[in-house]
Amino acid sequence: MNTENESLQELRHIKQMMERSTRFSSLSGFSGIAAGICALGGIWLVVKKINLWREINLEHLDAPKDNLATDLLLIAISTFVAAAIFSFLFVYLRCKKLNIPLMGMSARRVVINMAIPLLAGSLFILRLATTGNYLMIPPACLIFYGLALVNASKYTLEEIRYLGLLEIIIGVINLWLLGHGLTFWAVGFGLLHILYGIIIWWKYEKNGIQKAGTITND
Amino acid sequence: MTNPIENLNKVFDSRVRLGIMSTLMVNNEINFNDLKELIDVTDGNLASHIKSLEEAGYVKVNKGFIGRKTNTTYAVTKTGQKAFQQHLQALEIMIKKIK
Repeated sequence: MNTENESLQELRHIKQMMERSTRFSSLSGFSGIAAGICALGGIWLVVKKINLWREINLEHLDAPKDNLATDLLLIAISTFVAAAIFSFLFVYLRCKKLNIPLMGMSARRVVINMAIPLLAGSLFILRLATTGNYLMIPPACLIFYGLALVNASKYTLEEIRYLGLLEIIIGVINLWLLGHGLTFWAVGFGLLHILYGIIIWWKYEKNGIQKAGTITND
Repeated sequence: MTNPIENLNKVFDSRVRLGIMSTLMVNNEINFNDLKELIDVTDGNLASHIKSLEEAGYVKVNKGFIGRKTNTTYAVTKTGQKAFQQHLQALEIMIKKIK
């Protein structure tokens, strides 16, 4: 016979299946923390590089011009790659721990829905660069990244939506403070990621595996 | 009022079938492999449970192709939605009664 407990368990099972099939819940807080640290590291290198370049070029006007733009681009790319690798690694480890397939249906949805604004944004930023609108690049990165997060948040942890909104707000403020791109990047890509990483870890990972299946508060 | 247990749908007695229905309720359509991954059962097991849901008229099957590979997707029917909602209601009533 169906007892109260069985009915409750059945409802819980239904809820869990509905959530598992629509949301990719095994994000790892460490991914956010690692991505944030990578971003801060990259920005620190950029600042150092720019200062060094200024020193050399102001003191020795005849010094051989090293290619600042290429160096900065290299730093940017390595930062991005490092952040992506670390984020992926921690999500991978978490999936393994929770025994959830990494590239399941819900994860694919997250990736696709992030990719749409990111691809459009990349092309937009590419045109900003080729038309010489360099100061517009940092806010554009923040805004499109925020849009990507908001768009994908329907298929993953709810918190990602607010992270996305914050990135957009920071990007928009940056639009009226052009020239402070690095500072805004440090806040948006560095501090926010670390903060969110800590929040996600605190909410979902601190107490071990048992909380992983349930996303919403019971 | 009638005995609430009568309203519980026998078709949903199995965890696998209940899982299939829950998943289909919140997804427009889903293919066999994704369903298998989510519910974590063997091919044969899943196929036979889908078959019984199909026979009950709760699930419709769409056979399609992605390139040359077959891609069979499943979706819930109107009847299936109704049956599932009634089952949920019955569960709710049962829990309330016992409390």
